[in-house]
Amino acid sequence: MPQTLNLTTHLGERMLHEVATYERLGGYASARKAVVEMSQESVLAELEASGLRGRGGAGFSMGKKASFVPKGTMDKYLCCNADESEPGTFKDRLLMQRNPHLLIEGIIIGAIAADANRAFIFIRGEYEEQARVLDKAVVEAYEKGYLGERIFGSDTGLELVIHRGQGAYICGEETGLLDGLEGKRGNPRLKPPFPANQGLYHGPTLINNVETLCNAPAIIGRGADWFKTLGEGNSTGTKLVSVSGNVRKPGNYEIELGIPARQIIEELAGGLEEGREVKCWFPGGSSAPVLLQEHLDLPYTFEAMAQAGSMLGSGAIIVVDDNQPIVPLCLRLAQFYRHESCGKCVPCREGTSWTVKTLQRIDSGEATPMDLDILAEVQQNIIGNCLCVLGDSMAMPVGSMIRSFREEFEQHIEDARARHDLEQLPPLGAGELAAAVEAGPA
Amino acid sequence: MAVDRRTVPLGWDEAVDLEKDPAVVPDPADVEVPAELRASIEAGMGRYPDRHSAALPALAAAQRVHGWCSPEALWQVAAVMQVTPAYLASLATFYDMLRTEPLGHRYVYVCTGVACHLRDAKAIYDAVAEEARAQDLEDVELREFECLGACDMAPMASIDGRYVGPLERSDAAELVGAVKQNREVLPGRGLTDESYKLPWEEGGSPNDIVA
Repeated sequence: MPQTLNLTTHLGERMLHEVATYERLGGYASARKAVVEMSQESVLAELEASGLRGRGGAGFSMGKKASFVPKGTMDKYLCCNADESEPGTFKDRLLMQRNPHLLIEGIIIGAIAADANRAFIFIRGEYEEQARVLDKAVVEAYEKGYLGERIFGSDTGLELVIHRGQGAYICGEETGLLDGLEGKRGNPRLKPPFPANQGLYHGPTLINNVETLCNAPAIIGRGADWFKTLGEGNSTGTKLVSVSGNVRKPGNYEIELGIPARQIIEELAGGLEEGREVKCWFPGGSSAPVLLQEHLDLPYTFEAMAQAGSMLGSGAIIVVDDNQPIVPLCLRLAQFYRHESCGKCVPCREGTSWTVKTLQRIDSGEATPMDLDILAEVQQNIIGNCLCVLGDSMAMPVGSMIRSFREEFEQHIEDARARHDLEQLPPLGAGELAAAVEAGPA
Repeated sequence: MAVDRRTVPLGWDEAVDLEKDPAVVPDPADVEVPAELRASIEAGMGRYPDRHSAALPALAAAQRVHGWCSPEALWQVAAVMQVTPAYLASLATFYDMLRTEPLGHRYVYVCTGVACHLRDAKAIYDAVAEEARAQDLEDVELREFECLGACDMAPMASIDGRYVGPLERSDAAELVGAVKQNREVLPGRGLTDESYKLPWEEGGSPNDIVA
């Protein structure tokens, strides 16, 4: 079996969301160790040595990020990014719903590493059931003394608040998340200063994804060296991969980074329906440029996906089969980003909107092949020109689709134009059409 | 004509009345707030170092009471939080789950995100919308929604946070009927139902969440 269990080891256990079950399975031992036995420096060193990279999308070293938080006695914060809204991603939902205490334990360890005494979980508003599960778990952890004033009987205190969003993709962007948490519209901020220096309430803030933090207990418990035996090169550890789209068994699968993508799609996710082939696939959520069949044998790592011109992102593989026309898919994708653009930066606000309009023209038969070049140019003008990467997240996959499927786009334009022209002709009786064509233009 | 800001939505589709001064922070003595709502907003403010952080949870709570972020709802939240209604309006117009129109106290979001799109979610939405018209579904906000983070059960829908799927077009009648009668929607097919498993999961995965 190509699945490697680490994060999901106990997910099948009944009542795992209750602290008693979680502790019976060895839970909170790592947090206790980090709080009682280890110093902040050694927790930080262990996380850094493990090579654990952020699982939210950017893939930045977690230990390094935590080490950027300045020393001092000011208020420091830890924010857990549970705003999982990247289309195709549903791994954090599984972790929070089934194993909420694993996340809380990860947060305790993360807070020690960053020397934070206040932590927040920013969970997307749509996850109502998961937020309820977390709420209960947090109450249990407080009762046990794992959260609160003197956690595990030490001098360290940690307050944890669950903050529910109200539906905004942009709040998954780290500075947008901070604004959302401060009670503002979720607009990204100019960086630098980075959140590690000046984040929530102007204090130093460490922001990590749910899955990243869920890896921390095992690293502290079993050691960085053990963690490094999993995975390949600079992509250490296991990864929860959300596979969706045109596969037989969509779902979350935990794999060791480095196994071929083909194995994930064909073995774990059951492959495609009979007679269908992979047309293209998103290796890391809908923001990742699409890859083709020829890329299926690449190892699924941060590096290999980047080399192929895409990214591992949040680890969400969306498979598109050869039955799917590319234009409606591209349009659906662009509509998402147009809707979610916060409107702060012009290239993103206008670029996403014009991309949708142009694609609609392509679909309705009002476009010419020249529009494809304009469309590609619009994408180029978005990338790198905004405060955050929301615009890029549309520009990259749309640009990659135009590059990879240019012929299909052109064919679509031609077919739609023909259909459109026919509709413009006055209704003619049988035979008259042929006669009109015969007679040629008036 | 002067606009009474307590009865007219705060500016999102009405032209701004330049004759009038902007709404100020309301005097708490002037505004009657349901006791439960007040308690929940005050508790929220106590949880954060800065009370503004409690604005989103407060608006969500007010929406549960009023059905939408009505001018009255904003007025009440503003009075308890001691902020301007305009500040709250800026939030209500930004976040998708906050309603700026009286669409209904409950919601049905049909996901039509990319992964659901690949599994023909638009047809599901159309069927649900048609059924909602046929059955005269009222006081429920029905809309297509961006990716809800449940692509494993695509195509799916969220009914007041209850995730159900994978859906077929033929489920639409039962789904709408259950919402209308306030019954549990598609029992056994909700993500957190005890017996829930995806059709392709062998043996099923024990799901022990009783939320």
